[in-house]
Amino acid sequence: MPRRESPLESEMLQGTLDMLVLRTLVPGPAHGHTIAHAIERGSEDVLQIEHGSLYPALHRLEDRGWIASFWGTSENNRKARYYRLTPAGRKHLHAQTARWEQVVYAIGRILKPAVE
Amino acid sequence: MSWRRFFRRTDWDRERSAEIESYIQIETDENVARGMVPADARAAARRKFGNPALVREEIYRMNTVAFLDTLSREARHALRALRHNPTFTVVALLTLAIGIGANTAVFSVVNGVLLNPLRYPKADELVALHQEAPGAAGLASFSKGLPLSASMYFTYSEQNRSFQAMGVWSVNTANVTGLAEPEQVRVLVVSDGLLEALGVAPAAGRWLSAADQVPRGPERVMLSYGYWQRHFGGEPSAIGRNLTVDSRPREIAGVMPQGFRIADAEFDLLAPFQFDRNRSILAGFGLQGIARLKPGVSLAQANADLARLVPVWMHSWTNGPGTNGDAYATWRITPALRPLQQEVVGGVSDVLWIVMATIGLVMLVACANVTNLLLVRAGVRQHELALRSALGAGRGQIVGSLLVESVLLGLLSGVLGIGLAAAGLRLLQIIGPANLPRLAEISIDYRTLGFALLLSLVSGVLLGLIPAWRYAGPRISVVLRSAGRTASLSRERHRVRNLLVIAQVAMALVLLVSAGLMIRTFQVLRTVDPGFARAEHLQTMRINIPASLVAERERVIRIENEIVDKLSAIPGVTAAGFASEMPMEGYTSGWDEIFAQDHTYPQGEIQPLRLYKHVSPGFFHTAGTRLTAGRELTWAEVYNRRRVVLLSENLARELWGVPAAALGKHIRELPNDAWSEVIGVVQDVRETGVDQKAPETVYWPLDNPFIGVVRTATFVIRSDRAGTESFLNEMRQAVWSVNANLPVASLRTMQAVYEESLARTSFTLVMLAIAGSMALLLGIIGIYGVISYAVSQRRREIGIRLALGAEAGTLRGMFVRQALLLAGIGVALGMAASGVLMRLMKSLLFGISPLDPLTYAVVPLVLVAATVLASYLPARRAAAVDPVETLRAE
Repeated sequence: MPRRESPLESEMLQGTLDMLVLRTLVPGPAHGHTIAHAIERGSEDVLQIEHGSLYPALHRLEDRGWIASFWGTSENNRKARYYRLTPAGRKHLHAQTARWEQVVYAIGRILKPAVE
Repeated sequence: MSWRRFFRRTDWDRERSAEIESYIQIETDENVARGMVPADARAAARRKFGNPALVREEIYRMNTVAFLDTLSREARHALRALRHNPTFTVVALLTLAIGIGANTAVFSVVNGVLLNPLRYPKADELVALHQEAPGAAGLASFSKGLPLSASMYFTYSEQNRSFQAMGVWSVNTANVTGLAEPEQVRVLVVSDGLLEALGVAPAAGRWLSAADQVPRGPERVMLSYGYWQRHFGGEPSAIGRNLTVDSRPREIAGVMPQGFRIADAEFDLLAPFQFDRNRSILAGFGLQGIARLKPGVSLAQANADLARLVPVWMHSWTNGPGTNGDAYATWRITPALRPLQQEVVGGVSDVLWIVMATIGLVMLVACANVTNLLLVRAGVRQHELALRSALGAGRGQIVGSLLVESVLLGLLSGVLGIGLAAAGLRLLQIIGPANLPRLAEISIDYRTLGFALLLSLVSGVLLGLIPAWRYAGPRISVVLRSAGRTASLSRERHRVRNLLVIAQVAMALVLLVSAGLMIRTFQVLRTVDPGFARAEHLQTMRINIPASLVAERERVIRIENEIVDKLSAIPGVTAAGFASEMPMEGYTSGWDEIFAQDHTYPQGEIQPLRLYKHVSPGFFHTAGTRLTAGRELTWAEVYNRRRVVLLSENLARELWGVPAAALGKHIRELPNDAWSEVIGVVQDVRETGVDQKAPETVYWPLDNPFIGVVRTATFVIRSDRAGTESFLNEMRQAVWSVNANLPVASLRTMQAVYEESLARTSFTLVMLAIAGSMALLLGIIGIYGVISYAVSQRRREIGIRLALGAEAGTLRGMFVRQALLLAGIGVALGMAASGVLMRLMKSLLFGISPLDPLTYAVVPLVLVAATVLASYLPARRAAAVDPVETLRAE
């Protein structure tokens, strides 16, 4: 099946974006706009993304059953599609986070001596 | 990837668009809140989002199954292409649909009759107790082999080690009175063990049992479902009531379920045999046996088991004092059990497989035609195909798109074809070829549908493969350079089309030869003298006078005589008489030995069996059976019980050389019987069908001290009014004026009986003729197509030739010769194939060889004539080409 890489995916590991989206949904359901801004703000604007490229990721996560969606009303009374974390998604997030921390720790251990 | 999403991806796209719009609105709101002008706010929101089209596209792609996507695109494209070529589409669809329809219809018959198991539980365990007896001339010459006798039934059923259950049955008729009009009903007489072997539970009440089989015990019957519905309205209270059968009350024990038959015999009543064990003798072969094999027992083991019992049977029973059971050793009785299914289907399986094969050939011819059409279309499209290939379409993609089109064509035709098949089957069931067993069980079931689908798919793929192979090749540059003008068509492509035409002609020839052989067989059968004359003016009617109604022999004969007199008095009747059965009626006849006074017979040897019939005075005159010598019986001889007899010509010749020499000779049935004088010899009668040998026959008077009086007889009445309703009514009135309790049955003209005996041949003939004409028509269309195409491709060449002074006639001849060459090769191949294949038809032929010279001379002539015609029309167009116009087009 041909699957071309999205602009975002080419800059960022796909799994990482998934993890970020899932993490954003931990406090509660949110719509796409909120998620995009939350990632940007949460990373203190280090991770600048085209907000549109978030949507294929959302679609893929929903396809895998990690998040579920429903139509709702936004804070300023606009119709918006909300996403919430499913139990499977929560489990996946925990697993991914743990793995991520391991990798970061390992890479950190390797890089530190060179810096000193 | 979820399939649900694949099919709902348009909805999904709409959802996503709404979601994107929602993002942009929220972002715009926020920008406005930050103090932007609305127009700028929206533009900034869009910038922040990126390209919505890209996002939608990406999501759309995630929902895609690439293969299906391509397929549906190609299918849409193909449908569009088919719609734009209505002539091609209609011709191709109809050709294929007729082919698929005909094949599906015939397959459903094959499936229903030959492949589906009989409707009994575990039907594969059921066997017919067929046995061969090469030494029992006559009696065992039936297709049914040597029937069983009651004593055989006792020996086999009590001493076999192979069967779970076995029983015997035979066909009979009986008169039922006391319900409405007196009615003659079809009775199957069954022994204990038969219903157990078949294993079909009654719909109501209980089976007949061993207790019902005790002689002089209570008399019981079972009803068929149809009879129960007709006469008792399906009331369960019918069980236990009495039915007056042959003037005796019989208790209704139960009802068999709908559709239940014994082998292929339908019935109204089932009655038990009441064999008297103490009076059973070796002889009396008239019973058919059915058994259910024990699990794991093979046919060979069961045969060996019964073969062991044949000598046991010979020694356990006798034919009376002075006879010796060992004499039957000369008959060489050999059990040859057959699956019951085979027994039921009988000779029809040959016919059906041949019809299936021929109709399959028609399908191939049809496919060849459609392939030719597709080749032409692909030729027209080759510029398009080359362009696509130049633009980067792979070979696979082009093959795929050609295949999708042809498979689509196949499937559409399949749907049409199933419709045609359903209509054809309904027609078949209405016409109802009388001798086709299990006709009612034929239907379009899942297997038939699967067959039709498979056939459509396979033909679709095959059809597409040849054009795909020819046109998907890497010859882009050639085609593109010639700028759409197929200047010099490759010889190769012509070769494919020519080969197809040759194959078509060859197959058409095979089919026409088979149809021709059947026509010749039919002709020969028609010229055979059946032993009766002007059958269309011969009315038959079956009457039975049961002993319970009229006991005395003398009175039975008086009643029969009176009926003949009354029938003769009907206006327009020229003669009337009766016999124990008419030829080809299919009633079981008696067979026995005879002894001639002037011949010597070794002790203890069984003589060849002769057919025994009983005839009334005037019977031969009425039936139109020629007297070769002597005279017919008289009523005086019948009443006075004079010992006189008539013989068939072949029997008289066998005993005394010339028919006339038989007159005045004496014969008898048993070694110690009184002698009967031969008073007449009549021509041979084809008792079991015109294609069967006439049996040696003895015609006894109605009342024979040993055999008794004839109580069941077929009356024949010669009249120009035969078959008309008013005539039938007058006949019934005539019979009832003699005795109002006599039912009248089997009112048919002898012509109908005769034609029914030819039903198998005529059915085959009609089917092969249909297949043959279809193939001929398709073949003509094929030749026409190829020559037209050649003409259209060679217009420039023709133009140049004409400009250089070629004669129109020469040009026409050129194309006709091309067609004749193709047809000639096809005919030669077809002749060779027929020579081999027609041997398979041998069992269906009569009086002609599978290499009948006339057929093999006429059929090629027909084909060649058709070829000339089919090629002359397009050839004429070639000669009409305007040289100026074609040259200017250069």
